[in-house]
Amino acid sequence: MAEIVIKNLQKNFGEFTAVRESSFKIEDGEFFMLLGPSGCGKTTTLRMIAGLELPSSGEIYLDGEEISMLPPSKRDIAFVFQMFALYPHMNVRKNISYPLVSQGMKRRDVKAKVAEVARILGIEDILDKPVGGLSGGDRQRVALGRSIVREPKAFMMDEPLGALDAEFREHMSEELKALHDRMGATTVYVTHDQLEAMQMGDKIVVMNNAVVEQFGTPRDIYDKPASLFVADFIGSPSMNFLPFSGAVSAGQSQVALGQHHVDVPQQREDKQGELVFGVRPEHISLNDGGSLRAEVQAAEYLGTTQIVVMKSEFGEIKARVDSTLNVTVGEQVGLEFNSSTVTLFEQANGRAIRSALNEEALQHG
Amino acid sequence: MSFSVTEPSSRQKWFAGTLVITYALITMIPLLWIMMTSFKTPPDSISYPPKVVYEPSLEGYVNLFTTRTRLSPEALAELPPPENFAEEIVRNRNMVIAGPSKFGGRFLNSVIIGFGSTFLSIFLGTLAAYAFSRFKIPLADDLLFFILSTRMMPPIAVAIPIFLMYRQLGLSDTHLGMILLYTAVNISLAVWLLKGFIDEIPREYEEAALIDGYTRFQAFYKVVLPQAATGIASTAIFCLIFAWNEYAFAVLLTSGTAQTAPAFIPTIIGVGGLDWPAIAAGATIFLLPVMIFTVLLRKHLLRGITFGAVRK
Repeated sequence: MAEIVIKNLQKNFGEFTAVRESSFKIEDGEFFMLLGPSGCGKTTTLRMIAGLELPSSGEIYLDGEEISMLPPSKRDIAFVFQMFALYPHMNVRKNISYPLVSQGMKRRDVKAKVAEVARILGIEDILDKPVGGLSGGDRQRVALGRSIVREPKAFMMDEPLGALDAEFREHMSEELKALHDRMGATTVYVTHDQLEAMQMGDKIVVMNNAVVEQFGTPRDIYDKPASLFVADFIGSPSMNFLPFSGAVSAGQSQVALGQHHVDVPQQREDKQGELVFGVRPEHISLNDGGSLRAEVQAAEYLGTTQIVVMKSEFGEIKARVDSTLNVTVGEQVGLEFNSSTVTLFEQANGRAIRSALNEEALQHG
Repeated sequence: MSFSVTEPSSRQKWFAGTLVITYALITMIPLLWIMMTSFKTPPDSISYPPKVVYEPSLEGYVNLFTTRTRLSPEALAELPPPENFAEEIVRNRNMVIAGPSKFGGRFLNSVIIGFGSTFLSIFLGTLAAYAFSRFKIPLADDLLFFILSTRMMPPIAVAIPIFLMYRQLGLSDTHLGMILLYTAVNISLAVWLLKGFIDEIPREYEEAALIDGYTRFQAFYKVVLPQAATGIASTAIFCLIFAWNEYAFAVLLTSGTAQTAPAFIPTIIGVGGLDWPAIAAGATIFLLPVMIFTVLLRKHLLRGITFGAVRK
């Protein structure tokens, strides 16, 4: 239905820059996540796509047409608000039919359309109820109904599950995903919940401090983070960072981590100075043969796995290991890294150093 | 016996109820006395000790709405029998009805000026409050303070400049002049109250309407206005009560065409002594519109006063 291209988008509120020079592309039919901590500019980006804010500079293309300065009514984009924003003085039916009424659709057609949407969402029995007494889930469905009823080119969703309680959220996220698969409409979804983003998204943009940190599939973002921020924000527990000073050069596939020589993916850049060695907890194994040694400080049992917290010369390290493995607090263990998954970062600017692992993913990051 | 912490006990309720009713009775005595006086005959109204039990009469109301002339008993005897009760009451005092009094016209003036200025205050106040609430206005806080500062002195303090200004502009004793004056006094109250109410309405509703294909103005009157209805109603009551009851400016600036009822009522002095029943009848009728308006909107008024105190 629609392809959205964001080019050098910027939004300033006075002195404050909410979104800085952001660019990414949302393919037709994608379930696209805007992920980041609160205040990172993700909602502002979404509101600019929908037309609720006008950008300070930059362009937004919807199916090739530049729309960044059009009023929202001229964009054919639907928006689902975090608090749903159902019109409180109207009943469910009126809420859903409101976008159609504005288009001047005939009453009979409106009725048929609302009935169809109600059937898709399973809310036929509450159509004539006021919105005040509805449960959170039903409100959510009505809000979705209001957005899908006019078959817009794209959907914007601003943390639509944020107002629901945890138990219901899971159910609703499945419902949302199913609805998206069924309609195949381009959807842009804002969330601060990395799990939600990983579960539901086809692609993710990670934003921080008004800047796009990385843009890619959930797998790329998890395995090949483009910056320290992304590596830290995605994953729980987050990636281990071992700061060291040293040098890497293109073609090299080993680094000197203090006195230890550790295998890394083949490097594609020359860098030296303060660097960071990043490895995910599940890519660390406890092996007495490992030259890098650490002292076990705690173990968190998680059922099938456990998180072992250790203290090493490079600071705290967490490893996710099989829960059958016996570790005792105070024990000295050797560490071994799954070398093909390691990412090196520059300490100063936080960027990942290009290597055989992430070279491709960083092209569009 | 309940042991709830938040629910008052029945004794507390009884005590509170008694207190409220007693207070209400005390404040209502003057009103009650005015209404009673309006149904007395002039001799009853000035009898001493005051009469609490008396034969009700409509003489006050007849005198309020008519002008009368005294005739000699011989001339009266020659007249045909009285046509209605009003004529009969007047004949008993050796008089005949000469024509309608000015009260009807003055009352109509009050209605036009009171409701007209209320409408104008609410109309302008709502637009201004919406703008202050939603748009980025340079120096918005200062402007709001300036608006409020017009209420920091009694309006009558500027009576002389206004009197001179109105004379220059030809607004003295005109409906338009009084409507503008009362609007100017009320609008600061209206803007402040309504801004509070509109601030409480989440912006998302309008944004949803914008997304749904409506213009900003459509979003304002289709989505914001219905939700601000409570606030608008209570603000309207406050504005109406002020404009309806205002006395000082009415006396100063009006004397004929645009004279309002509060300025007129004290001028009903009657022939040969103060006509208390007629004055009381005027006051009673004057009270009715505001009472009816308030009763009609009382649900909104109560909700309006406590609006925003508790987040739902």
